[in-house]
Amino acid sequence: MTTAIVKAKINGLAVEVPAGTTILDAATKAHVKIPTLCKHPDLEASAGCGICIVRVNGSNKLLRACCTEIEQGMEITTHDSEIVEVRRTVLELILANHPNDCLQCGRNNNCELQRLAADFGIREVPFPHFLPAFGMIRDYSTGTIILDAEKCIKCGRCVDVCQNIQNVWALNFVGRGVKIRIAPAGDIVLGESPCVKCGQCSAHCPTGAITEYDNTRDVWEALYDPDKYCIVQIAPAVRVAVGEAFGFEPGTNLTKKLYSVLRRIGFKTVFDTNFSADLTIMEEATEFVQRFAHGKGALPLITSCCPAWVDFMEKYETDMIDNFSTCKSPQQMMGAMTKTYYAEQQGLPPEKIFMVSIMPCTAKKFEIQRSRDMSSSGVQDTDVVLTTRELSRMIKQSGIDFVNLPDDSPDHIMGDYTGAGTIFAATGGVMEAAIRTAYYFVTGENLADVNIEAVRGLQGVKEGEVDIRGTTVKVAVAHGLANVEYVLDKVRKAKEDGKEPPYHFIEVMACPGGCVGGGGQPYGVTDEIRLKRAEGIYQDDADHEIRCSHDNPMIQKIYADYLGKPGSEKSHHLLHTKYVSRPLYTK
Amino acid sequence: MKEHIDQTIKLSPEILNHVREWKDKPGNLIMILHKVQEEYGYVPREAALKLTELLDIPLAKVYGVLTFYHLFKLKKPGKYPIQVCMGTACYLKGGEDIIRELENLLGIGVNQISEDGLFSIEAVRCIGCCGLAPVMTIGGEVFGKVKREQLAEILARFKE
Repeated sequence: MTTAIVKAKINGLAVEVPAGTTILDAATKAHVKIPTLCKHPDLEASAGCGICIVRVNGSNKLLRACCTEIEQGMEITTHDSEIVEVRRTVLELILANHPNDCLQCGRNNNCELQRLAADFGIREVPFPHFLPAFGMIRDYSTGTIILDAEKCIKCGRCVDVCQNIQNVWALNFVGRGVKIRIAPAGDIVLGESPCVKCGQCSAHCPTGAITEYDNTRDVWEALYDPDKYCIVQIAPAVRVAVGEAFGFEPGTNLTKKLYSVLRRIGFKTVFDTNFSADLTIMEEATEFVQRFAHGKGALPLITSCCPAWVDFMEKYETDMIDNFSTCKSPQQMMGAMTKTYYAEQQGLPPEKIFMVSIMPCTAKKFEIQRSRDMSSSGVQDTDVVLTTRELSRMIKQSGIDFVNLPDDSPDHIMGDYTGAGTIFAATGGVMEAAIRTAYYFVTGENLADVNIEAVRGLQGVKEGEVDIRGTTVKVAVAHGLANVEYVLDKVRKAKEDGKEPPYHFIEVMACPGGCVGGGGQPYGVTDEIRLKRAEGIYQDDADHEIRCSHDNPMIQKIYADYLGKPGSEKSHHLLHTKYVSRPLYTK
Repeated sequence: MKEHIDQTIKLSPEILNHVREWKDKPGNLIMILHKVQEEYGYVPREAALKLTELLDIPLAKVYGVLTFYHLFKLKKPGKYPIQVCMGTACYLKGGEDIIRELENLLGIGVNQISEDGLFSIEAVRCIGCCGLAPVMTIGGEVFGKVKREQLAEILARFKE
C-alpha cells in the first residue's frame, strides 16, 4: 500500500509529504524551524506548551504544529508578528512561574527553556514572579536522580516516559491547577516509590526539574586524598557519547582519549569495563550452556547486567527470579576483581582503593549498594558512579584540553577487551556476545560469522534463532521496559500451557537503544543519535581482531591465575549475586 | 503485571461488590473511590493500594485522580466533619466569619483535625440552601442562619 502524498505550502514554499505528517515534521523537512518545548521526538505530542503554534489559512485559530496533521492545500505561516508575540507571551508566562537561578542549575547552558528564552531575547517578564510553594522541594531520596518540582514546566515528558516507555509508573501529575506537580503517588518521596532509577525522566526533561545526582565532588575529594588509591573504569557506551559535550559527532569513539584524560585527572589505574563485560560473558555463557545443554536451571535465561531492569524485575516480575542470570553486571565484576585480584597483585589494601566507574546510567549509582553481594571484596566493591554527563563536567573543570589530547592505553590486565565486550553498549549486544561464546563452549569452534544481525537495531522487541550445530537456540531482545511484558507474557503463557518455552535466552535493557541511550548520557537523545552511537560501537567491535570474550588472552590469564574456571566457587563468590522480591511501595 | 503489596486492609463486602459491579465499566475508578470515601470518610492509602490490585492499575494513576478532584480526601476527617459553605450567598452573609470563629474555638485551621479527633473544618462550595445562608453542616446535620455567637454552644452539643 502506498501512502498518499499531501501537497501544501509552508511560508509560501511548496512541500510534499506523506499523509499523516504533522505540520511540525513537514516544516522541518522544508528547513523551517518551529520552536518547541514540550514535544520530544521519542514521545507522542501532548500539545502542552503552545510554543509551536502556526497560522493556517482559513482557520481563525492558531494551531499547534506538533499535533496537527498537514492537509492537502494547506497554506501555513510559521512566523509573523502575531505568532511570534504569542510565543513570547507563552514563554513569559512560563518564566513567571520558573525559578531564575540558572547559574546554580544542573541544566545551566544545556536547558531547552533557557535556550528559547535566549533565542527570543527575553530581558524582562511583564508578569509578577510567582513560585507555588510545594511541600517537597528537591527530592534526593533515590540517590541517583534529583526531583525539583519548582523547576518543572509541566510538559509531561517525564510522566510519559516513566509510564509509557518504561511502564514503571513511579511518576504522575499530582494535584491540579497552579499546584500541579510531578511526583510519586501520595505523600512519599521517589525512593519509596516503584522508581527503578533508569533516569530516562532526567534524559527527557527539558529543564533542571529532574537531573542526575552529582557525585563529582566525592571523586575530586578522593583524588586529592593522599591515602586513597583511585582506580577508574569506563563503561562501553560512554566512549561513543562523551564527545557530544565537546563538539564531536555522536558515535565518535574516544576510548583512547578517555584513558588519557582520566590518567591526567589523577587516576592511578585506568581499567575498562569492556574487560569485565568479557568476564561477564564467560560466566553468563557458562550459565547458559549449563541450563540449555545440561538442563541445570530454568529456561529461558534472562540477562541481568542492567540494574534498572534488575530493580524492575524484583518489583514487577518476581515470578522470573529463577530465570535471572546470577551474574553480576560488568561494573560490579570489575569492582570485585579490582579489590581482590588486583589489590593482591599490587599489594594494596582493598580499603585504600577508591573505585570510580563512569557509566551511561543513573541506576548504576543505585547498583553499588543494592545488596550485600556488592561488597564481596569485604568492602564496597565500587565506591562512586559518575554518569557520562558528570564526567564531561569533570573534564571541563580539570582544565585539560580533551579535544586535542593524545591517545593513551589502559592498564593491564583489566583494560584489555574484545569486540564482544564493547557491544554491551547497544541493545542486543550482550546477547550477541554471549552467543559467540556459548557457541564456542558447545562446539569447541568459533562461529564462522560472529555478526548476529537479528539482534541489532532499534526495534523494541527482536526475536531470532541461532543454530548451534543442529540445535536451535531461540532468543529475544527487549529494550525500553514497556517492551518487556510482551516477551515475558509469551514465556508465562507457554508455562501455563505446559509447552516448551518460546525462548531460551532473553536480553533486557531498560533504556531504549540499550546503554547508548542510557539515562546518564548527554542530553538531546533521539533515535538518530542512538543509532549513531551504536554505529560507533559496532565499528569498535569490527575493528577488533579478537571479537569473542573467550579468546581474550587476559581473560584466559585471569582464570588461570585467580578464578579457576567459569562458574567456579571463587567466581560464584565474587561474580554472582541473588535476587529477592521487593515491594513496589515501601510507604 | 504482578502487583505485590503488603495488604493490611480488608475492604468491606459493600466496597468489593461495588468494585465487581464497576470493574469493567468506563469511569470505574471515580465511582469506586466515591464508595471508599463514603465508608471511611476519606481514601486511606491502604485502600488505594488494595484497589490497584483489584483493578490492575498503578497507584500513580489512582493518586492522579485522587489529587485532581477536591472532593476526595486523603486524610482522615474528624468524627464530626464541619463543612462551612462558601458559596456566593453564604460568603456574602459572613461565611468567612464562621470559619474564623470555628478556627478560634477549635484551635485548628481549615483542612485540619482537632486534637481530640472530634472535628475537622472544611470550606465547601454551595450546598444548595442559599435561603438559610450562612450555612454549615456538622456530621451531616445542617445549621442555617448561623450566628458567630451560637458556635460554641453548637460545638458543645457534639462534644457530649
